[in-house]
Amino acid sequence: MKTNHFERFGVSSSVMIHASDVRKSYGSYEVLKGVNVSVPNGSVACIIGPSGSGKSTFLRCINHLEDINSGLLLVDGDFVGYRLKDDRLHELRASQICARRAEIGMVFQHFNLFPHMTVLENLMEAPVRVRGEKRAEARQHALELLRRVGLAEKASAYPRQLSGGQQQRVAIARALAMRPKVLLFDEPTSALDPELVGEVLSVMKDLARDGMTMVVVTHEIGFAREVADQLIFMDGGTVMEQGDPREMIANPKSPRTREFLAKVL
Amino acid sequence: MNVLPLKDDSVAAKHTTQFKVVPLRHPWRWTAAGLVAILMLLLTQAVVSNPNLQWPVVASYILNPIILQGLWITVGLTLAIMFFASVIGMIVALMMLSPSKMLSLPAAGFIWWFRGTPALVQLILWYNLSLIFKDITLWLPGLGTIFSIPTNTIMTPLVAAVVALSLHEAGYMAEIIRNGLKSVSRGQTEAALCLGMKPSLLLRRIVIPQAMRVIIPPTGNETINLLKTTSLVSIIAVGDLLYSAQAIYARTFETIPLLLVVTFWYLVVVSIMTVGQSYLERYYSRDEAGHDSAPVGLSRLGLILTMREKWRGAQ
Ligand SMILES: Nc1ncnc2c1ncn2[C@@H]1O[C@H](COP(=O)(O)OP(=O)(O)OP(=O)(O)O)[C@@H](O)[C@H]1O
Ligand SMILES: [Mg+2]
Repeated sequence: MKTNHFERFGVSSSVMIHASDVRKSYGSYEVLKGVNVSVPNGSVACIIGPSGSGKSTFLRCINHLEDINSGLLLVDGDFVGYRLKDDRLHELRASQICARRAEIGMVFQHFNLFPHMTVLENLMEAPVRVRGEKRAEARQHALELLRRVGLAEKASAYPRQLSGGQQQRVAIARALAMRPKVLLFDEPTSALDPELVGEVLSVMKDLARDGMTMVVVTHEIGFAREVADQLIFMDGGTVMEQGDPREMIANPKSPRTREFLAKVL
Repeated sequence: MNVLPLKDDSVAAKHTTQFKVVPLRHPWRWTAAGLVAILMLLLTQAVVSNPNLQWPVVASYILNPIILQGLWITVGLTLAIMFFASVIGMIVALMMLSPSKMLSLPAAGFIWWFRGTPALVQLILWYNLSLIFKDITLWLPGLGTIFSIPTNTIMTPLVAAVVALSLHEAGYMAEIIRNGLKSVSRGQTEAALCLGMKPSLLLRRIVIPQAMRVIIPPTGNETINLLKTTSLVSIIAVGDLLYSAQAIYARTFETIPLLLVVTFWYLVVVSIMTVGQSYLERYYSRDEAGHDSAPVGLSRLGLILTMREKWRGAQ
């Protein structure tokens, strides 16, 4: 089912996410006006930018929660929501996209844990029913992941009984349970009380150290400076500036970037 | 000068440690309760001692086989109709939520039609379907008539009752289910999609279980309503509880005692349904309680069982 378009589009096979001239409109309003981004395997990209600049929209286009209007958007060398035929992209049916989406984990601002399932069930649901893992195996993996995010003792709790920081760590573990190739984070700490931000960021740092490819929309400039391999500043639906985070933060080239950084730092 | 703060301190200390709280008295509440008690007594006396109610006759008919037969038909009808109504209601609700107008408009039309007309009218209409369509025929182009049956052989009173009331009830269930499905946040569907779930799996495992919490309470009320609405079928001679009672008192003229028997059984079934409903409600909101609290329904059921045990022991 999966095809490999690395060569055809001249993209290096070490690139996990390749976006070139990605455009997306809602009605007549163009939200993404030609976004170009390349995220190499095993690297961390942080996206910052003012509200409404299209950060979430871009993230949602990557796993085809939103369709794009034009451009090239490859994840591990293949389209997520489309099939290339006769030089046209044909949109796939929802059930056909699922297999591709299962390889792309996503962590949301508001956690979106399944409230009617225990923590363990949250982690086992998709591996068992989507990937067809054996229950015992999925359980083992889930418990291992919970240990990794420091929540082994919460396996049988319901999400409602956890703090925001704990819920977000469970959400990260749930995404990891599908053994994704890449993880997308949309402002994972924005809904958290300040004292809970640290525990989530530290889990994310561990993931980065273990070589997980990650795209993180965040306002945590400190995290970006410490962990990111590249920093992407989006403004008005385009990538205004991108580069090495330390360099960019110390020395922004575009005046818009400087203005934005002055506000959030 | 420093006497005052000292005194204040000691008062404050006393306040938290030594003062006893005198609860507010409710003299009017007691008066009202007393009045209600007197009225209840008078009413009980009027009912128990009234010879027109013929309590011994009521007792003699409670377990009458014809009555019990009618009771089973009533309960069976209710369950069957609720089942079909839920299935049809789910389909209509999903059509309503579809982005395609080709699906959502017919669904809205369905609800408009079946909720907008009285159950009794629909019942009589379906029962008289043969006046509209004499035969029910399956005809395929090229193949001709596959079969053709006179409508009257299919539309027996029982079938008419199930079809009419199922469709009527489906109109209500569709709205209830649609509200329930809509109550599940978009974030839930998106999270499930991101985990690679197919729409059908997502609906079954994520959306419906959460929607149930919103769907169950009004569905319980609907079922109780439906139980009583099925008494309409006595009009087209389906042998339900009411019809059975009518059949007996048409002969014996013991009208009031038999209607009391009917009332008694309706109340019994409604009570059982109420217990079942609270059990289901607890089950579908189990994440809100701690995990080890027993469902209310179960403990209530337990209460009834122990009461029965005691009653047996007393005999
Ligand atoms: N479903 C939609 N329909 C119409 N407009 C939308 C929709 N989703 C987003 N938009 C618009 O697209 C623009 C970009 O939204 P997006 O959520 O991507 O911004 P963002 O950079 O993530 O902002 P924030 O920092 O506030 O999350 C906004 O102006 C928003 O109003
Ligand atoms: Mg956003």
